[in-house]
Amino acid sequence: MSTTTVKTTAPSGPPVAPGGAPRRARRRGENSPAGALASHAILIVASLVALFPIAWLVFLSLGPDKDDYLHPGRIFGKMTLDNYSFVLQETSFFDWLVSTLVVSLGTTVIGVLIAATTGYAVSRMRFPGYRKFMWVLLVTQMFPVAVLMVPMYEILSELRLIDSYLGLILVYCSTAVPYCAWLLKGYFDTIPFEIDEAGRVDGLTPFGTFARLILPLAKPGLAVAAFYSFITAFGEVAFASTFMLSDTKYTFAVGLQSFVSEHDAQRNLMAATAVLVAIPVSAFFYLVQRNLVTGLTAGGTKG
Amino acid sequence: MTVAIDRATGKRRGEPDGRRPGPLTRLRQTYQRYWYAYAMIAPVIVVLGVLVVYPLVRGFYLTLTNANSLNSARTIGVNHIEATYEFIGFDNYADILWGPTSYDRFWSHFIWTILWTALCVTLHYVIGLGLALLLNQKLRGRTFYRLILVLPWAVPTFVTVFGWRFMLADGGVINAGLEALHLPTPLWLEDTFWQRFAAIMVNTWCGVPFMMVSLLGGLQSIDSTLYEAAEMDGATAWQRLRHVTLPGLRPVSSTVVLLGVIWTFNQFAVIFLLFGDTAPDAQILVTWAYYLGFGQQPRDFAQSAAYGMLLLAILIVFTSVYRRWLNRDEQQFAI
Repeated sequence: MSTTTVKTTAPSGPPVAPGGAPRRARRRGENSPAGALASHAILIVASLVALFPIAWLVFLSLGPDKDDYLHPGRIFGKMTLDNYSFVLQETSFFDWLVSTLVVSLGTTVIGVLIAATTGYAVSRMRFPGYRKFMWVLLVTQMFPVAVLMVPMYEILSELRLIDSYLGLILVYCSTAVPYCAWLLKGYFDTIPFEIDEAGRVDGLTPFGTFARLILPLAKPGLAVAAFYSFITAFGEVAFASTFMLSDTKYTFAVGLQSFVSEHDAQRNLMAATAVLVAIPVSAFFYLVQRNLVTGLTAGGTKG
Repeated sequence: MTVAIDRATGKRRGEPDGRRPGPLTRLRQTYQRYWYAYAMIAPVIVVLGVLVVYPLVRGFYLTLTNANSLNSARTIGVNHIEATYEFIGFDNYADILWGPTSYDRFWSHFIWTILWTALCVTLHYVIGLGLALLLNQKLRGRTFYRLILVLPWAVPTFVTVFGWRFMLADGGVINAGLEALHLPTPLWLEDTFWQRFAAIMVNTWCGVPFMMVSLLGGLQSIDSTLYEAAEMDGATAWQRLRHVTLPGLRPVSSTVVLLGVIWTFNQFAVIFLLFGDTAPDAQILVTWAYYLGFGQQPRDFAQSAAYGMLLLAILIVFTSVYRRWLNRDEQQFAI
């Protein structure tokens, strides 16, 4: 869709940089001083825009009163970490932490374990039904939450799995498994076929080749698949809000909402919880994000 | 590629024997040739069958009934009440698409969803491309910029949306800032137009980093000799962008745009967390379907599921058309 947009905004008109847009004087090596200055200016503004909402959240979390977000100026005088200690001691923060970890890790483990063999099979072998199968994997990834939510709700309540970790894990697996298979296929494609052949020549079965040669080589790919299913399950809102009913089994995505509805909008506590949740996830994200992008786009283009 | 694959599995296809073997022999050969491929994908097929296909079939059946929370099977205390909903054929779909007030219930949300997807993906792509181009220069501190610019993606969406909610609230920092500049202070979270504006703004903020990082990867994989050649031929910066960079980004672009469209179309968290139930007119189809099925009393399961089916149909049609359109272009390139 935006490919067309790019075309429309790019008429082959006069070869001058359009008015207002930054001068992209891309002379390799050296930039003209004005160009460099403009680039820096734009990047600094963009960085501020990216940073501000999060910095603001951190700042608000230091204010002791729940209406402090209306008078940010007053926070300077009375900055305190009270919100954090309150959240850690008085709320169900650790219950939420446990349920979030159980659900996310459960999804990750099941998703990656099941998907690994499939990713290998669709990467190395062509079998009848291959294209249809790839199509199913692709389509399953783009299921809107609304498609499966109602029937899942019915099925899970019949099985009495509403408000249980297992139920939520199963629901998340319906997206995590096809996604991991797709992503791992992209990674397995980058491992040379010659390695398989060497294994076969030395007398390994196809399963042996996979388990002894390919899996150890694919550790980075497995890590990315694992991480991606983890953050997807971690940040999922719709299913978690609907299927988890008891206060102690909330995941963070649901727990944060409960600050506004139940405790008459305790925004300071909410901000503190949000910061506590965000710090480890973001730190982890930075460690793997480069691989994440490569995995995503590689899986897509080779479909 | 096929050759390598066949070598890898130790099998060869299409042995050149003129005789066509009987069906039983062929079945056995197929089995011998492919059994481990099927064995390896079997777990996923089982999981998808149980977790996706069965609920999908079940959901489709529900759309043909008048199920809601009052007539579905449910357990209250120790009493179990059997389901009493009835089969009503395609009435739900008919009602959604051309029943009375279908404009207010479906078509207005449909138009807004299309608009939302188009605007958000366009903004994601254009801003992401601009930032990627800036970061692709030799620039002091670009690693630092990159780390900061990725931040909206690194922090979970459900966290950042709450940050935005504090900022957009009446009396929040955005309106305070606008007031200080003597600009009008819209009611971001109450007025329909501004709700939509705010939703697009927040989603753009959340989605740009992914585009930026992907496109930056694409930019770095473009052969730099192409730029040298273009420069030798006297191409201006704009011409280099238009005729070297954009064509070079095509493979990455086509994928990220497809992903972007699917993700934005399905974007639940931003609108749900930003407005809750307070903004009926700013709901896109996904959140609206959720509202019908779970946000109101009595819960209308059948209509909600029918919306889900329609959404899936829209996405599948779009994806098929998009892929076909890409492939058609590739054939033209080949010629």
